[in-house]
Amino acid sequence: MYNKKSSNLSRRRMLKLSAGTAAAATSILYAPNVIASDPITLRYLGTAVSMGDEVQKKLFEDTGLKVQFIAVTTDEVTKRVLTQPNSFDLVDTEYFSLPKLVPSGNILGMDTTRIKEWGNVTSIFTRGITPKGKKVGLQGTAPSKVMYLDGATGKSFANDVTQYATLIPTIYNADTLGIRPDLIGRPINSWAELLNPEFKGKAATLNIPSIGIMDAAMVVEAMGEYTYPDKGNMTKAEIDLTMKIFTEAKKSGQFRAFWTDFNESVNLMASGEVVIQSMWSPAITAVKSQGKQCVYQPLKEGYRAWAAGFALPKTTKGKTADAVYDFINWYMSGWVGAYLNRQGYYSAVLPTAKEYMSPDEWGFWMEGKAAKGDILSPTGDKLASAGELRDGGSYEDRMGGVACWNATMDENKYMVRKWNEMVAS
Amino acid sequence: MDIMAKKYKFLEPRLSWLAFPFALIFVVYFVAPLILTIIVSFWDYTEYSIIPDFILDNYLYIFEGCFSLENGLCLTFKTYLSTLFFCLFTWAVTLILGFSVAYFLAFYVKSTPLQVALFLICTIPFWTSNVIRMVSWIPLLGRNGLVNDFMISLGVIEQPIEWLLYSSFSVILALVHLYTLFMIVPIFNSMLRIDEEIIEAAYDAGASQLQIIKNIVIPLCKPGIIIGSIFVVTVVMGDFLTIGIMGGQQLASVGKIINTEMNYLQLPGAAANSVILLVITILVVFIMTKVIDIRKEL
Repeated sequence: MYNKKSSNLSRRRMLKLSAGTAAAATSILYAPNVIASDPITLRYLGTAVSMGDEVQKKLFEDTGLKVQFIAVTTDEVTKRVLTQPNSFDLVDTEYFSLPKLVPSGNILGMDTTRIKEWGNVTSIFTRGITPKGKKVGLQGTAPSKVMYLDGATGKSFANDVTQYATLIPTIYNADTLGIRPDLIGRPINSWAELLNPEFKGKAATLNIPSIGIMDAAMVVEAMGEYTYPDKGNMTKAEIDLTMKIFTEAKKSGQFRAFWTDFNESVNLMASGEVVIQSMWSPAITAVKSQGKQCVYQPLKEGYRAWAAGFALPKTTKGKTADAVYDFINWYMSGWVGAYLNRQGYYSAVLPTAKEYMSPDEWGFWMEGKAAKGDILSPTGDKLASAGELRDGGSYEDRMGGVACWNATMDENKYMVRKWNEMVAS
Repeated sequence: MDIMAKKYKFLEPRLSWLAFPFALIFVVYFVAPLILTIIVSFWDYTEYSIIPDFILDNYLYIFEGCFSLENGLCLTFKTYLSTLFFCLFTWAVTLILGFSVAYFLAFYVKSTPLQVALFLICTIPFWTSNVIRMVSWIPLLGRNGLVNDFMISLGVIEQPIEWLLYSSFSVILALVHLYTLFMIVPIFNSMLRIDEEIIEAAYDAGASQLQIIKNIVIPLCKPGIIIGSIFVVTVVMGDFLTIGIMGGQQLASVGKIINTEMNYLQLPGAAANSVILLVITILVVFIMTKVIDIRKEL
């Protein structure tokens, strides 16, 4: 892996030297068969939370490709793949949707031999361990469990490595609780704090059952009420138990609100209505940019992780399919990786992203080092000043601390019903 | 058709093609989807597909545990009760407010331009998007919001009142804020048709203000009241956004359950729930129209 990385580096440097700029280098690498013919616009279905206009601009500069984002919610992505697979050329979806998507046959296996950086994809996806060899928690729909298909048009997962990947990983992160340290005034180090009566009326969680249940399970386990064999695949009795504990908390007024929309979680936190809640990384950034203190608190029980990746619908063929592979290769070539890392997410191919980040940025985001200067977001907002550390520390610490992954359970229907009962109680 | 034709003599059969465009839209965008929904509600489904079938499971699942009270009320009954509660409460408040505003506009504002201007003011809640409207309630009603700050500074309260936001109170407030207009418009319309001479005659005959309202205005406004009520009731029955956001997602609504089921691709389940919601809503509207025969009154 390291050999590959260095050979890549030197090849890149050569190109950079000869062409002068990084942009020119990537266009030489990835322009091939597209620029010559008519410009192709790829319809990109996804949540696009991480994708700004800059990405489109840079893509066109480098490859002559255009993308048209079809930005919808995670659930909507799944629904579209199943019901309208011809309405997009490329889908960016989460791994936990795969148990629903793969049996439908609506997505094709991705040919890994056509992915230049496949060998550099982080081992978290391919083997379930961090680059330094630490084992990652695999409860739930962990990407390494659903990474390969048994054929290009396979409808079931392969146990061994095959040529065909279900998704080409793009973006992932480790989620935890967000807190307002200024309003709490003491250290928080356990998921159990979400139901601590001290925060009665000032806690929140999300009203998206498939994710909410995982956070709930982290809390129940942290409280010492129960240890799940697999939080990501509960039995009916385990669902009952989890929901019973949350129903009691809800009835006693523990929660100020549940949220479904990212912006709601930002408002709850920024306004001080809530001081501790299930939260997503960019929401923390949004609260901070309003001048409020907000910490993405590492907890001793670990993180709940999620990951997304690219797939082709079965209807994408020929030139369009080639263009999609070109796009994915461009995506993994580093510029986007750096762009994602700077938002607090992680890129699936770390070595290429590193080339596009300054040593200070790399140190802050990936190695848990104190910032030497201001750390800026891709849009130029200041996220941290010199001396500050990233919440949760290094990549190894955060991804190595993953306890479970977003999941689709066998008892999904029952779980959704029980969740609705909790909301109605 | 017969009754209509008798009443509206101008409606000649050879002109009935005029109704065709609307009938077509109605059939394509309403009748057909409705029939499909009813059909799908009897289908079977998995996580990733729906399977044509004829099963009652979707309906049975909705009412599972509803006919024994040992575990308290079942989810479905609880949700419908909560939705009906919001519906009735909102209806009562919008009716009183809507009637008062319409009464003022129709009988106290004499100049038409001013009437139009005031009427436009009533539509202000609709000038911004739903989401912005909802979010703006937080700085107003929140724990550190304007209302709480103001009352604390006056010394009325010592601790912020928590139930101003994310409670049944805030849900009803937002619903009333949104839907009073739906009540004002038809009632105002009915009131404009009341012959002022009738009211003057009643006044000359010594009727008090209250008697005039009770015996003349309300009876003559019945169609407006019923149309407004149908609007409000049907909209609130299906609402899940307002109840969701203003209730902090902690209050149940039928719409939210259908929404969740759709998100998890339990489409036949969602269809079955929709059919039940439709039946109950039609039932409520049917009862209302039994109270007053709208067609006769129009």
